Amino acid sequence: MKHAHYDVIVVGGGHAGSEAAHAAARMGARTALVTMSRDGIGVMSCNPAIGGLGKGHLVREIDAMDGVMGRVADRAGIQFRLLNRRKGPAVQGPRAQADRALYKAAMLEETDARQNLDVIEGEVVDFLFAGQRAFGVALADGGEVRAHTVVLTTGTFLRGVIHIGDSREVGGRMGDKASVRLAERIDGLNLPLGRLKTGTPPRLNGRTIDWSVLESQPGDPEPELFSFLSEKAEARQIACGITHTNATTHEIIRENLSRSAMYGGHIDGVGPRYCPSIEDKVVRFADKDSHQVFLEPEGLTTDTVYPNGISTSLPADVQAAYIHSIRGLETAEIVQPGYAIEYDYVDPRALDLRLAVSSCENLFFAGQINGTTGYEEAAAQGLVAGLNAAAVALDRDPVIFSRTDSYIGVMIDDLTTRGVAEPYRMFTSRAEFRLSLRADNADQRLTPKAIETGCIGEERRIVFEDKIAKIGSVRESLGALSLTPKEVRAAGIEVAQDGSRRSGLDLLAFQDVRFSDVVLLEPGLSGTEPEIARQVKNDAIYANYIARQMRDVEALRREEGTGIPSDFDFDQLQGLSNELKGKLRAARPENLAQAGRVDGMTPAALTLILSRLRQDSRKRSA
Amino acid sequence: MDTIFALASAPGKAGVAVIRLSGPEAHDAVATLCGRVPNARRASLLRLRDGDGTVLDDGLVLTFDDGASFTGERAAELQVHGSMATVRAVLARLGDLPGLRQADPGEFTRRAMENGRLDLAQVEALADLIEAETETQRRQAQRMLDGALGARVELWRADLVRAAALLEAVIDFADEEVPEDVSVEVVALIDKVAAGLDAELAGFGAAERVRTGFEVAIVGAPNVGKSTLLNALAGRQAALTSEIAGTTRDVIEVRLDLGGLAVTVLDTAGLRETDDQVEAMGVSLARERAIGADLRIFLGDDAEGVPARDGDLSYRTKADLTGDPAAISAVTGQGIDRVIDELRRALEDRAAGAGLVTRERHRLALVGGRSALSEASAVVAHGPDLYDVAAEELRVAIRRLESVVGRVDVEAILDDVFSNFCLGK
Ligand SMILES: Cc1cc2nc3c(=O)[nH]c(=O)nc-3n(C[C@H](O)[C@H](O)[C@H](O)COP(=O)(O)OP(=O)(O)OC[C@H]3O[C@@H](n4cnc5c(N)ncnc54)[C@H](O)[C@@H]3O)c2cc1C
Repeated sequence: MKHAHYDVIVVGGGHAGSEAAHAAARMGARTALVTMSRDGIGVMSCNPAIGGLGKGHLVREIDAMDGVMGRVADRAGIQFRLLNRRKGPAVQGPRAQADRALYKAAMLEETDARQNLDVIEGEVVDFLFAGQRAFGVALADGGEVRAHTVVLTTGTFLRGVIHIGDSREVGGRMGDKASVRLAERIDGLNLPLGRLKTGTPPRLNGRTIDWSVLESQPGDPEPELFSFLSEKAEARQIACGITHTNATTHEIIRENLSRSAMYGGHIDGVGPRYCPSIEDKVVRFADKDSHQVFLEPEGLTTDTVYPNGISTSLPADVQAAYIHSIRGLETAEIVQPGYAIEYDYVDPRALDLRLAVSSCENLFFAGQINGTTGYEEAAAQGLVAGLNAAAVALDRDPVIFSRTDSYIGVMIDDLTTRGVAEPYRMFTSRAEFRLSLRADNADQRLTPKAIETGCIGEERRIVFEDKIAKIGSVRESLGALSLTPKEVRAAGIEVAQDGSRRSGLDLLAFQDVRFSDVVLLEPGLSGTEPEIARQVKNDAIYANYIARQMRDVEALRREEGTGIPSDFDFDQLQGLSNELKGKLRAARPENLAQAGRVDGMTPAALTLILSRLRQDSRKRSA
Repeated sequence: MDTIFALASAPGKAGVAVIRLSGPEAHDAVATLCGRVPNARRASLLRLRDGDGTVLDDGLVLTFDDGASFTGERAAELQVHGSMATVRAVLARLGDLPGLRQADPGEFTRRAMENGRLDLAQVEALADLIEAETETQRRQAQRMLDGALGARVELWRADLVRAAALLEAVIDFADEEVPEDVSVEVVALIDKVAAGLDAELAGFGAAERVRTGFEVAIVGAPNVGKSTLLNALAGRQAALTSEIAGTTRDVIEVRLDLGGLAVTVLDTAGLRETDDQVEAMGVSLARERAIGADLRIFLGDDAEGVPARDGDLSYRTKADLTGDPAAISAVTGQGIDRVIDELRRALEDRAAGAGLVTRERHRLALVGGRSALSEASAVVAHGPDLYDVAAEELRVAIRRLESVVGRVDVEAILDDVFSNFCLGK
């Protein structure tokens, strides 16, 4: 079959692929989303939940760039919880339990409604290359799709092998076929590959669970949504259940360890330390005789329940035995056994900050194929690759995210300079500028960038500009206040009677001063919308720390501004150890800041690179 | 990349001169000069020849492999006869070889640091070692060169990384089975490091003094015998001694090795009111220097505005004239041994408190870290609500401390988190 000519082709309709396709289409690129089946678009292969700590930040940032994940999750959310609600806003992360079916449906609807975006069903078996330049894909049915740029987002489908106990099966995830031919083609590109693994728990039939004996975990009374455009949760809200493993459970697992794919020596891939299987937990933390298990309904119209915390690669009969040893699950029926999956990933150090493959032209990689795990991490990469694939096709400037402006920037930088040693997941502690990169201000950080990039709809632009104007005027009134300690105390706020005058913003910087307290001093602010008040308060809390960090931020931006040409030869540098040279060659840092984060880097070596860059630029300008 | 070479031993006539080479061509250069490359780290007596085959010298030749030398590069050492002509000839020969050039000052050390063989504090220590004049200075520099400060910073860092990991676990894994409040443990870790920093900072003065030398001022009225004492201490005529009051118009400094400690003894102008303008300037300068010194030796009762501080020494003088058995005499030598002995002991006491922090750069880093820790500790005590801010302060503290030797990395914190908590719900 002959297909039209596109600007951008996105291969794979998972979370990375969907976001990439939407981003490219929003840029105005004619985009084709080529995936195995329409039915797979927006599928959550594992835990039906979106967001969390660090991950929630990513979703907010995707939304701030006018991406789809946040809005879709809001439509599908059946239990919203703001994690770390009692802690500072910088470390609060929105999370939602999603109805699998609603999520898929909403994503498909968004995709169908999107202008410039076609969905093509088919298995991609090869790229079309002219020399080193990709210009399309070949399909299993013999058809071809051509485009200016190609984004590959095939997840775990590279040599994916599924293990249930000692039985193994080739496939990307349960019920899908692995793309063997495509894998061979990627071998031909000579990209560095590695092997990772991840697991999933058995799914249970909720009607066979004894909920009456279990503790219940409700959502927040006032849902904190993902999208800056959403107003309220649409779906009916539900509670999750909590139960625990016990000594008997652990006994059963311990006795059968040799039958676990992971412990029986069937798997070589590296698994994530933060998401261990129940086998791992029992072995590594032998002193604990109980672990928490969250029972999360997969949706409103299904009985399937996802028992979070007990992923496994034990044989099905052992899974049944240990499930039945858990309180409330004595007669639970397993709908689908848990399994582990091993797959190949591409060492992301072979990619640049746009997620383009450095050694070819016009080819981008995004999602789990780059060694990450999680829907949010995949979607955020999809956004970056989609925007940049479109930018290349439309001959616009690259869209680069920085560690100083976003978690997206932190992740892309981590991946491309440090590579991964285990499936990469976002944490708030990865962001050194965490106090300024908050979920609550993602729009202020990124929406201006989205406007500049041209990947944003009219509706969002208007909402954003209105909000910024309001925040600005409130901040201005507060900043204009100049109050003596006496005046402040008169309004019921305790401050040191040190004779220094304070503005309203200074007062808000105190942890225990609320916006409403300050309104007493400036009645003109009494009409401020709660949303705006909260934003101003959050900014004020961290203002002092952020001011202190600004020096670091500026230093980093300067370093980021010092580009290292892609043909820069690290080998020619005098006085660099061979080991470090090797690491620099693998990471191909694009700027000085990235070079500084290459493992084993010393300040002296960095100075050396800088002085070489200066020499080179002098030579060029001479 | 260039191969560098330089004369490593002191220039001038000597029994042996050592020429060092470092860089990729180091071994080839040895082969060219000597006809072969001896096995690494085995001294071999070889004949060095010039380009036309004439003999330059017979010397002991040592080679080092990549990664196994002081600089971390391929390296060699030529031990030749310490004649200036020989050295000049060998250096000229090396300079003619392709890819070789004379090293810039400090270039060997810089390469060692760039290749990760030395941290910053060690590089500083190396400079100190080369400068060391006394035994205590040598030992201090050696301790640093062995990485003592780096090792101490590493211990502090480990504790702070552990503290940060506790906070990060509570923050990043809030919905999992981690403790909700780790304040007590974190404060304990912070306090421990803070105490270590305080102790190290307290020893800074002494350590810096060991490195740069103690200043001791001899204070007293004119003619009381200050210069005579100085001469006795120095064992040579350093200051002019005469019977006329006011001979010593400027501050005279004598540098001594006193039982292994570097000491600068200041002989100050006799402290007295004077009409002579030049002398008045000398007096006020003397007073300032005396007040600023680490220790004062008061001779006689007349200190003329220089206050005595704890640990200062004080003696009556001119025992030869007064016959006072407790007094000292610069003329007869009575009691001088006692002064030297007491001074040495007083300084040794101070040097004993010396920490590892010997430079202002280190001190500033530690002070910065210390103040971030105070903040962190106060904030952590508030409980989990402010852990985000506490973590930020810890990050600052770790960065400041690390600036003494290197840099921090969140992977280190996450590693700690993962090895201590069971995560994954
Ligand atoms: C078993 C398992 C357990 C997991 N557990 C968790 C967890 O607990 N928590 C968590 O956060 N994350 C988990 N993940 C990870 C999360 O599901 C993924 O990281 C995320 O979905 C990756 O998104 P993606 O877009 O990169 O890939 P995917 O979502 O896998 O999408 C790949 C898409 O590409 C299509 N495709 C593949 N090959 C071709 C081809 N040749 N031609 C056309 N289309 C193709 C597929 O049909 C699919 O639609 C798990 C994943 C798996 C497989």
